[in-house]
Amino acid sequence: MSAPAGFEELRDLYQEVILDHGRRPRNHFRLDPCDASARGDNPMCGDRVEVFLAFGPEGRIARASFLGRGCAVSQASASLLTETVPGLSPQEAKALSARLREMAKTGARDDSTEALARLSALSGVHEFPSRVKCATLAWHALDAALDGVKEASSE
Amino acid sequence: MMDAAPARLDVARVRQDFPILATTVRGRPLVFLDSGASAQKPRAVIEAMTRCMETAYANVHRGAYRLSELATEAYEAARAAAQRFLGAEHAEEIVFTRNSTEAFNLVAHSFGRGLLQPGQAVLVSEMEHHANLVPWQMLRDAGLGIGLRFVRVTDAGELDLDDLARHLAQGDVGLVSVTHMSNVLGTVTPAAAIARMAHAAGARVMFDGSQAAVHRAVDVRAIGADFYAFTGHKLYGPTGIGVLYGRRELLSAMPPFLGGGDMIETVTLEHSSWAAPPARFEAGTPAIVEAVGLHAAIDYVTALGMEAIEAHERDLVEHASARLAQVKGLSLLGAPQDRGGVFAFALEGVHPHDLATFLDRRGVCVRAGRHCAEPLHARFGLEGGTARASFGLYTTREEIEALAEALDAAREFFA
Repeated sequence: MSAPAGFEELRDLYQEVILDHGRRPRNHFRLDPCDASARGDNPMCGDRVEVFLAFGPEGRIARASFLGRGCAVSQASASLLTETVPGLSPQEAKALSARLREMAKTGARDDSTEALARLSALSGVHEFPSRVKCATLAWHALDAALDGVKEASSE
Repeated sequence: MMDAAPARLDVARVRQDFPILATTVRGRPLVFLDSGASAQKPRAVIEAMTRCMETAYANVHRGAYRLSELATEAYEAARAAAQRFLGAEHAEEIVFTRNSTEAFNLVAHSFGRGLLQPGQAVLVSEMEHHANLVPWQMLRDAGLGIGLRFVRVTDAGELDLDDLARHLAQGDVGLVSVTHMSNVLGTVTPAAAIARMAHAAGARVMFDGSQAAVHRAVDVRAIGADFYAFTGHKLYGPTGIGVLYGRRELLSAMPPFLGGGDMIETVTLEHSSWAAPPARFEAGTPAIVEAVGLHAAIDYVTALGMEAIEAHERDLVEHASARLAQVKGLSLLGAPQDRGGVFAFALEGVHPHDLATFLDRRGVCVRAGRHCAEPLHARFGLEGGTARASFGLYTTREEIEALAEALDAAREFFA
């Protein structure tokens, strides 16, 4: 059966990696104990993501997990986050977060590292202005957790 | 325009009255199924507003010159049109507001603070739009001793009249304020019966007609409503204009809402006295052009005939109920006996926002989220929201088919 019309253009947003992580989110549990956590809420749509972080002896992120509910994009983005940030220092993680939000807004891919190339799947969201916040919600929560703030908003 | 109400709505012809329906979305015909949020505008409305600004515009109730008189006549003619549309006895019972939300805030302020007594309660239902909930929460929290309670909604999505009776039996209810048609469930409530119950218990009653006034003929006297609110932009009219109907004796006894020009009788530096209704509740320069647009919208639906519109929509609702039941994994929110053209639903395995984006790419516009009714979604355990298709007088069976096919495709895509 051929794909019904309309599927091709949607692949920009719903690339396979997004659909896969949306269906089967990785690290979807509460990290307990954890060293830092923060919740992100999108009051407009009810999406919610809580990010948990555990740090290693050198202060780098050792493990990351999340809990949440929401659309495929918000959950896939959170899932990809938890796979990407372990090993990073807080400063590196915040730089990555800023990079991700830039990609989501402008659509510019970044293939300079393997991690960024994978996260570039989220850049397709820029063509859907009402959905950009879905992609950035978990990353706002990450920033808040690293800043010691308990709640973030995607507003 | 037609000069007599036809028995049946000629939908193909009606669609030609709405310029936007001829547009395409990415090469596909626009399938607009979000009229419950805001409806599209017929040429008659667009042209009436343009004509007003080009030929008869000035401020109202002020200038002793011809243009201002023309504008004032047009503004008051819009009030008379709204009066006829709702079956109100007097034109002074029609207050123009910005929208339904402002109408509820007005009543919460002026009736709530002016006529409700400490120890009395306002009764709303679990299925209210936030517009008919938040203003009452603010009134409850104002320290006046006015309570707020909630009538249950049944699993079928109907107002639980037994629960309403139990609340009324407590004897402290001063106002019942409920929807005449849910913007999520489509449920049309038995307004006349609710009004009888409220009055028998000594309470006043207000209805949110934002949806109902678009889909059914409304007669506030037949219902026995004390207050009734609707908004222009859902009735194929412009944004920025809404209508509050209020019984004359109630409006006359209520203090103003906003203060300013036009709502006063005399003003000194220290004190003012209030104008009679409706001017008392229309402070400042009103939405003149929008009132003219609303008048055109009322004339438009009246010429088509509210009964013809209702018959067309009943046919659509029947068809959509059967067709959507065939979509695998789809569950409808509520199953009311009397449903207007609104369907909220969940599609298994597909989040409402993903679904709305998917449908949009096929030209199908639906709303996703909680539709300004968070408590109702919580009541049904759907905190993540639903998708909602809502119909207008221009909606066709073909558009429902396009929706159903797109829903099947979405399941396949996200599975």
